Amino acid sequence: MCRIGAVKSKNPVQPSTALRLMLPQQEGHDNSGFAMVMQDLYGVFGLYKDKPLLSMACTQQGGHLVEEYMDAHRFVKMSEWLPVPDKRKGLNIQTMPYYIFRTYDYPENVTDPDEREALLVDTRLALRKMLTETGQGYVYSFWPDLLTLKEVGDPSDIATYFHLWDDNGCLVAKNIIVQSRQNTNYEIIRYAAHPFFLQGYTLCANGENTFYTKNKEFQRSLFRGYIGFESDSQTFLYTLHYVLHELKWPIPYYKHVITPLPFAEIEKREDRDVLLSIRQSLAHLEINGPNTIIAGLPDGRMMTCCDSKKLRPVVVGGDENTIAISSEVCGINEILPDRDTSKDIYPDEREIVVIDNDLEVQRWKQ
Amino acid sequence: MEAVKVQDIAVNDLPWTIEYHAERCTLCGSCLASCTFGAIKPVVQRQSVTVSEGNQPKPVHRQIARTIIKQVADFANACRGCGMCERVCPNNAIRPVRNPDNRRALLSRDSGPIKRGGRTNLNAQRTLDKIIVGRISQMTDPALDAQRHTFDMRAPLGRVLAAKELPFSMEGGRITMTKKAPPVRWIYPLIFSDMSIGALSTRAWEAVAMATAYLNERCHIPIVMSSGEGGMPVKLMESEYLKYFMIQIASGHFGWNRIVKALPRMKVDPAAVLIKIGQGAKPGDGGLLQAEKVAPHVQAIRGVPKATLSSPPNHQGLYSIEESVQKMHLSMNAAFGFRVPVAIKCAASSTSVSVYNNLLRDPYKICGGFFIDGIQGGTGAANEISLDHTGHPVVSKIRDCYLAAVKTGLQGQIPLFGGGGIGLTGNAAADAFKMICLGANGVFCGKILIQLLGCVGNEHGRCNSCNTGKCPTGICTQNPRLVKRLDVDKGAQKIVDYVLAFDAELKKLMAPIGNSSLPVGRSDALVSTDKAIADKLGIQYVC
Repeated sequence: MCRIGAVKSKNPVQPSTALRLMLPQQEGHDNSGFAMVMQDLYGVFGLYKDKPLLSMACTQQGGHLVEEYMDAHRFVKMSEWLPVPDKRKGLNIQTMPYYIFRTYDYPENVTDPDEREALLVDTRLALRKMLTETGQGYVYSFWPDLLTLKEVGDPSDIATYFHLWDDNGCLVAKNIIVQSRQNTNYEIIRYAAHPFFLQGYTLCANGENTFYTKNKEFQRSLFRGYIGFESDSQTFLYTLHYVLHELKWPIPYYKHVITPLPFAEIEKREDRDVLLSIRQSLAHLEINGPNTIIAGLPDGRMMTCCDSKKLRPVVVGGDENTIAISSEVCGINEILPDRDTSKDIYPDEREIVVIDNDLEVQRWKQ
Repeated sequence: MEAVKVQDIAVNDLPWTIEYHAERCTLCGSCLASCTFGAIKPVVQRQSVTVSEGNQPKPVHRQIARTIIKQVADFANACRGCGMCERVCPNNAIRPVRNPDNRRALLSRDSGPIKRGGRTNLNAQRTLDKIIVGRISQMTDPALDAQRHTFDMRAPLGRVLAAKELPFSMEGGRITMTKKAPPVRWIYPLIFSDMSIGALSTRAWEAVAMATAYLNERCHIPIVMSSGEGGMPVKLMESEYLKYFMIQIASGHFGWNRIVKALPRMKVDPAAVLIKIGQGAKPGDGGLLQAEKVAPHVQAIRGVPKATLSSPPNHQGLYSIEESVQKMHLSMNAAFGFRVPVAIKCAASSTSVSVYNNLLRDPYKICGGFFIDGIQGGTGAANEISLDHTGHPVVSKIRDCYLAAVKTGLQGQIPLFGGGGIGLTGNAAADAFKMICLGANGVFCGKILIQLLGCVGNEHGRCNSCNTGKCPTGICTQNPRLVKRLDVDKGAQKIVDYVLAFDAELKKLMAPIGNSSLPVGRSDALVSTDKAIADKLGIQYVC
């Protein structure tokens, strides 16, 4: 089973906070990997917030291929951070030769914001395809002010390898979404580890999606970026993207799509026509089975919700400067021991909780 | 010695022979009264017997004239194996026995093609029995509790729009509808299939209708019943119960004079309208109601004289799917103010996917359901050659149609319903569940309903006499004396009980795969022990 977490803070935090959030929960995960998405960056990328940041792991040849591609497509390299790894013996980590975090400027001729978004998606997809076909690496995200780090192994060791325990100020962000397990349901491949990313949307999930097949079959034709499906949890992200980005529906309707109300309850509602229409048109995006979701939105807001039977836990707790979302409360106790625990929120099966950039917590009942 | 006349029909040419024990028979006559086919008759027979009538044994050999029950040796009156004689005999003196060496197939075509009712007797293969629900929730996710959890088992009936086409507008973080969308009903995933008044006795139809109403009103199971091609009683059309019925229009348009006249007086809308293009039992053939069953009340409800009623093989004037959409769907939609879903029923065929694709791509977005009826569907009357040699299995066809929709991202927009052989072995819930996992939104069934009412027909040539007007159970006849054999209330209760068990059994299959709503298209839940079936349906092969 996975354990998932997120930290959202007014003051930028370093990855060690995310690690300390996850490590107390290790009885619930299997310490098989570490993955995080950092958003609203400070540190080495603080000066390039409006420039798309490419996060990838690759071989030397993969690095060349990507450089050639980016040059050919008129992206201009702005800055780069290459972690200097701690290669001490005995670390449990399956490394790739290179980890590249690089910001680019957009091609000169692309100025329209929508065009730029589309270009970033298409570029990431093209790079992914190229690296997959050649077997030379993985590209995780390509988006302004957003960084992804993923690796297979023990989270503590992975942190040692990347000097994440050092709090050296290189990687700092106001939002971090994190997970400490490789997906073990299917093959161990890096793309199968959450958080997943698409067009500014980040999501990780703890659970099992028993409607994976029907979700996948439906999503494939909805948007070009709905690919991979290495994990059953990717469908959660794609549905989030579809509902919020493609359909442009308000956030609470995401919950109505993935865990629709029972018909008997819909019948009693004033907005039953809307809810029934959603249920029937997006029947193939319903998610059955136990799960909890933590997601980050392009504007920096974070959200969490559970399955319709509340079969997976999640808790939201914090103080005036930092709020954390976590599968288990022990993680929050570790990083925010002095918070008022009576204000912790345990979202129920019909709730969706959104934390905005002022750390105001909104709770919507489905 | 009697000359052997080999061309004459003898009892041993018939598919069933009567096993009669004269020594047990008290000549009460019950069997004779019960046999609707005239397959047995009382005769006086000269018998050679040895009797001893005194106080002391004193055997005497005698030739006596004795009344016995004898089987009639002709195909018109052939025993159908219905077993009514056995049911009523107080002394177990008589019963029909299947005759595997019968010559019916060769000799009973004297007056033309063989006609009968029932299902195909040749194609009883059971694909569904080679499929198992094999993806069980173990450790990774919890199985549900069929008794305690709530399950949301509903199927859409109506044209479903793509999310991007929904008439939505956003105001203050809320979605509102700006105009009407096509009507969609959320019904129970089991539909009572179309059996007309005419094919069924009025009382049998009434029993199914009563069960429908009871299930809706008392059990809160929104079952929909199709009227069949033969109209509906005016009183029912003018009642609140009409909302549980799907009115059928088939190629003969029987009953529609009354339906149209009743329109202004309908208090509620019907659940749906079903345009029947064809049926699985006799694809390419229209409905057939033989004159024997066209009783005065059937004449009245259909507006016809007493004659054999042969519906044409297709709707006159419809030459293409496009025309069907424009003319029939639109006029049916218009007749009910675009408030009632209009669905279409076709016999399964190699062409089903093309038809479904066309319906899905229809720019009017007006078809509210695609019913595919497989070769194992039943009928009240058909040529046996159609029953046994035409048609298409429904299981792979449902899957093909679903996958065709998946390919274009249109799955779910026209709900798919599969029928024809659902519940053939008695367990409709297992069949329904597997069909749903393969892509159906629901299933429809007819034959098992009449079997629950008392029909004894089966796929091994038993009875299958629905066309004759001599139905021994009073279900498929208009003969008032025979209809009295049917206890309408008990029959309705049987159907209700079966559906309640169906409901519980469906949950028993949903719970272990961890689903609380219908797993439409969840093919990953199924496995097959037959490699060819697994490959064809795209499910896991296991052994």
